[in-house]
Amino acid sequence: MADLSTSYMGLPLINPLIASSSPLTGNLDDARRLEDAGAAAIILPSLFEEELLQDQQQMHEFMDHQAIGHGEADSFLPPSSDYKSHLDHYLETIATIKAAIDIPVIGSLNGVSLAGWLEHGADLQQAGCDALELNIYYVPANPEETGSDVESRYLQILENLCAQFTLPIGIKISHSFSSIAHFVRQLERAGAKGTALFNRFYQPDIDLSSLQVTPKIQLSNSIESLERIRWIALLRAHVQMDLAATGGFHDANDVIKAVLAGADAVYLCSSLLQHGIQRLPEILSDISDWMHVHEYESIAQLKGSVCQKHAIEPAAYERANYLKTLKSYQRSDNN
Amino acid sequence: MDYQLCTHCGKCAFVCPHGVIRSKAFPAELAAHAPAGFEHVPIKGKDYPEGMHISYQVSAEDCTGCTLCVDICPIRDKSQANYKAINMAPLEPVRAAHQANWTFFLQLPDYDRQQLKLKTIKGSMLGQPLFEFSGACSGCGETPYIKLATQLFGDRMLVANATGCSSIYGGNLPTTPWAKNQQGRGPAWNNSLFEDNAEFGLGMRLAIDKQQQFASELLIQLKESLDTELVDALLHADQADEAGIHQQRLRVNELQHALQQLSEPLARRLETIADSLCKRSVWIIGGDGWAYDIGFGGLDHVLASGKDVNILVLDTEVYSNTGGQTSKATPRGAVAKFSAAGKDTAKKDLARIAMDYEHVYVAHVAYGSKDVQTLHAFIEAESFQGPSLIIAYAPCIAHGVDLKNNHKQQQLAVESGHWPLFRFDPRLAAEGKNPLHLDSKPPSIPYREFVQSETRFSMLWRAHPERAEEILQQSQQEVRERFYRYQQLAALSWEEEEHTVPHTESEEGKHHG
Ligand SMILES: Cc1cc2nc3c(=O)[nH]c(=O)nc-3n(C[C@H](O)[C@H](O)[C@H](O)COP(=O)(O)O)c2cc1C
Ligand code: SF4
Ligand code: SF4
Repeated sequence: MADLSTSYMGLPLINPLIASSSPLTGNLDDARRLEDAGAAAIILPSLFEEELLQDQQQMHEFMDHQAIGHGEADSFLPPSSDYKSHLDHYLETIATIKAAIDIPVIGSLNGVSLAGWLEHGADLQQAGCDALELNIYYVPANPEETGSDVESRYLQILENLCAQFTLPIGIKISHSFSSIAHFVRQLERAGAKGTALFNRFYQPDIDLSSLQVTPKIQLSNSIESLERIRWIALLRAHVQMDLAATGGFHDANDVIKAVLAGADAVYLCSSLLQHGIQRLPEILSDISDWMHVHEYESIAQLKGSVCQKHAIEPAAYERANYLKTLKSYQRSDNN
Repeated sequence: MDYQLCTHCGKCAFVCPHGVIRSKAFPAELAAHAPAGFEHVPIKGKDYPEGMHISYQVSAEDCTGCTLCVDICPIRDKSQANYKAINMAPLEPVRAAHQANWTFFLQLPDYDRQQLKLKTIKGSMLGQPLFEFSGACSGCGETPYIKLATQLFGDRMLVANATGCSSIYGGNLPTTPWAKNQQGRGPAWNNSLFEDNAEFGLGMRLAIDKQQQFASELLIQLKESLDTELVDALLHADQADEAGIHQQRLRVNELQHALQQLSEPLARRLETIADSLCKRSVWIIGGDGWAYDIGFGGLDHVLASGKDVNILVLDTEVYSNTGGQTSKATPRGAVAKFSAAGKDTAKKDLARIAMDYEHVYVAHVAYGSKDVQTLHAFIEAESFQGPSLIIAYAPCIAHGVDLKNNHKQQQLAVESGHWPLFRFDPRLAAEGKNPLHLDSKPPSIPYREFVQSETRFSMLWRAHPERAEEILQQSQQEVRERFYRYQQLAALSWEEEEHTVPHTESEEGKHHG
C-alpha cells in the first residue's frame, strides 16, 4: 500500500485530497461523511464579511425599522434577541464540526475592510479552526485601480493577519493577476503558508427571456485543471510554501498530474457536488492503483517529479510551446 | 415616460399603490393649449374612436418612489435593457414641469364611462381612481385593490371599513384618500369597530334596500301624477352595466324635476330618497385579522344572509396595523407575535368555507401575479347579486421583505402554491357548469424558494433550524395537496345526473296492499 500522506499549510494530511470550500463542507452531516470517505481535510464555506454586513443591516431593517415610538405598532416581528445572526450560526457550526471530526478543519474568510478581515479572522481562530484560508474573491472592475494596488492590498492584509494570528494562513487566488509567479512569491514573503491556485468565479449569465443578468453556478470540468497544473509546475521550484491545486479536478488522473507537477494537495469541489461524496474514495483508490502499477511508493516520491524544473522538456510548460501545439492540432474533418 | 416605447397597457397605473399614475383618453384638440411639456399620443387599439389621444401623467409630488410602476412595465428599450417605457428620475429637475402637466391633466374630461372597456387593464385604468395618495406604506400591497374597486365602481360605492391598516391610511383625518369625480360622485366611506365590520356593511345594504323599496312604493303611489312611462322605466331599470346606470341617473334627474312640480307630501318624501333608485355598490373592506379572526362570526353571518354585498379581504396574513400579531390567516411556519417559534398550524382556508355555502361568489387573487384575473374577479363579484368574497394577497412590511419586490413576492406565492388563484361563481352552477375555475398552474417552484425570500419565515431558520425544516416539509406537502384538491373540485362534472328515486318497501307494500 503506497504512502499517500502529504501536508498543506504545514498541516499533516493523510492524503492530498481536501474537500474545498462549498455548501458541502458547511454542515455536520456532510463533514462527517467527508471524513469517513477519506477527505484529508475540509475547508469551510467562506465567511463573507459583505454578507455579514448585509445580514445585520437586513435584520435591523426588518426587525427595528418601526421602532420609532409609534404608539400602536413599534415592530412587526417578535424581538430579535432569540435569533442567531449569520455569524453566530457560522461559528457554532465550526465548533460542532471541529468537535465531531479528527481531520483538520480549515476556516475560509473573505473580507471587505482590513478591520473586517482581522475581526473575523480572530473569530475563526477562536472557533477552533486549524488553519485559515483567505479567499480572494474580488472582481477588479474599477478602472482607476492598478494591478499593483490590488496586489499590495492583499499583501497588506496577509501581513497583518500573519502578524496577529498563530494559526497557519494560506490564500486562494484567482488567475486574474498579471504576474502570477511574482505575486505568489510575494505572498510567501508576506507569511503565507500555502497558496491554492485558482479559484473560479461565479459567472453572471444573461437570461434570454427576461434580459436579467443572473449569477450562475457552473461546475468545472477536467479541462480546467490543465491551467492549474501548468502554474503549479512553473511555480514549484520558485517557492518553498505548500501549493494546492483547485479547479477542475474530477478524477485520479487529474489529481496525479497535479501532484506530479508539484502540488502538495488537491481540492475537490465540483466533482463532489456533481457525483456525490462517494467520488472521493473512488479517486483515492484509483490513485493507489496507479501508484502501484507505476511502482511509486509514496506521494512524497512523485510530488514535483514533473514540475518545470524536473520535466523532460521544461519549455513545454511555457508559451514557446504554443506554435507546436497548434501544429499538432488536427481538424477532425481532415481525418 | 417614453411614448415611443409605451404600448398603453395600463399596468403601471394599475399597480401604483398610491394612485399617482393616471391615464386619460380625450379628443386631441383638447390638448391644444396644454403646457409645452405635456405629452399625449394617439391611443393605440381599435376600441377607441379616431382622433382620441392618451396621456399618462404622474403626480410627481405624491410619488413615494416605490419603483413598482417601473418594475411592472413590460416594455424595454431594444438597445438599452435598463431603460423602460417608464423610468425613475430625480424629482427636483422635473418637479415644476410635472406639476404644470398634472394640473392641466386634472381638468381634462374623463372618458365617458359608458364607453370604457372595463374588462381590459388599459380600459379600466381610464377610470379615475377615487382613492388616491393614501398614507399607506410605500409599495403597499393592499391599496392597489382598493384603488381598483374605486376605478370600477367608485361613483356608486358605499364602503364599510374595518379598523386596521385600511382604516388608518383610509382615514387619517382631516385628510382622506377617498375622493370624488368631476360629477361630484365618489365612495361614501365609514369605519366601524374592528369586530363588527361585516354586520356594519350588511346594515348599509339593508338600509339601501329599504330606501329603494320605499322609493319604489312612493313612485307607485305617485304614478298617476307622474309620467307613467318614466315610472315604469324607473321601476324596471336594468342597471347591469354603465349605460344602464347612466340611463337610470338621467331618469332620476327627470323624476326630481317632476317632483318639484308636485305639491303632494309624498312627493316631498320621495325627493329625499329618489337617489336610492340608482344602483349602489356595497363594499365591506378589511384585513385578515378582521375577516379570518375577530370579525369572522359576523362575516360568516353576512355570507349566509345571501345579501348583495362585496367583501374585500386584504390578506397580509398577520395583524399589520397593531404590529404583526398572528391571525388565523397566518401561514404555518411564519414567525409573528404570539408565534415566535413559527405558527404551527396551517392557514385557515377562508375561501373554501365560503364556497361551501354554494351561493357565495369567491375569488382568490394576487394582482402582482395575474392582474387580469384580479380585474375580472372584481367585475364578477360586483355584478353577482349575492354575497361576494374577494380574498386578496397583499405583501406587507410585516412580511420582512422590501416592498420594491412586492410583485416578485406575489409571483413566488402563486408559483409555490402558497396562493392559488381561482374564482368560484355560483351563476355557473345555475347554468350546469362547474362554478370553480382555477386561474393558476400547479406549484412550479419549491415552497422553500418562497419562504426563504421572506424574513417572516426565514428567521425561523435562525432560531430553530430543525423545526423550520420540519415545518417546511409539512407546508410543502400541504400546498401540493391543497392545489390537488382544488384541481379535483374544478374538474368535477356539474351536469345533473338523472336521478331515479327508488321505491321504498313501504310504498311498494302500499301499492300492492
Ligand atoms: C457552489 C459552490 C460554492 C463555493 N463556495 C466557495 C466559498 O465559499 N469559498 C471559496 O473559497 N470557494 C468556494 N467555491 C469554490 C470551490 O471551493 C473551488 O475552489 C472551485 O469551485 C474550483 O474547484 P472545482 O473545480 O473542484 O469546483 C465554491 C464553489 C461552488 C461550486
Ligand atoms: S414609484 Fe410607486 S408611487 Fe411613484 S408612481 Fe411609481 S408606483 Fe406610484
Ligand atoms: S406599464 Fe409601461 S407600457 Fe404599460 S402603460 Fe405603463 S409605461 Fe406604458
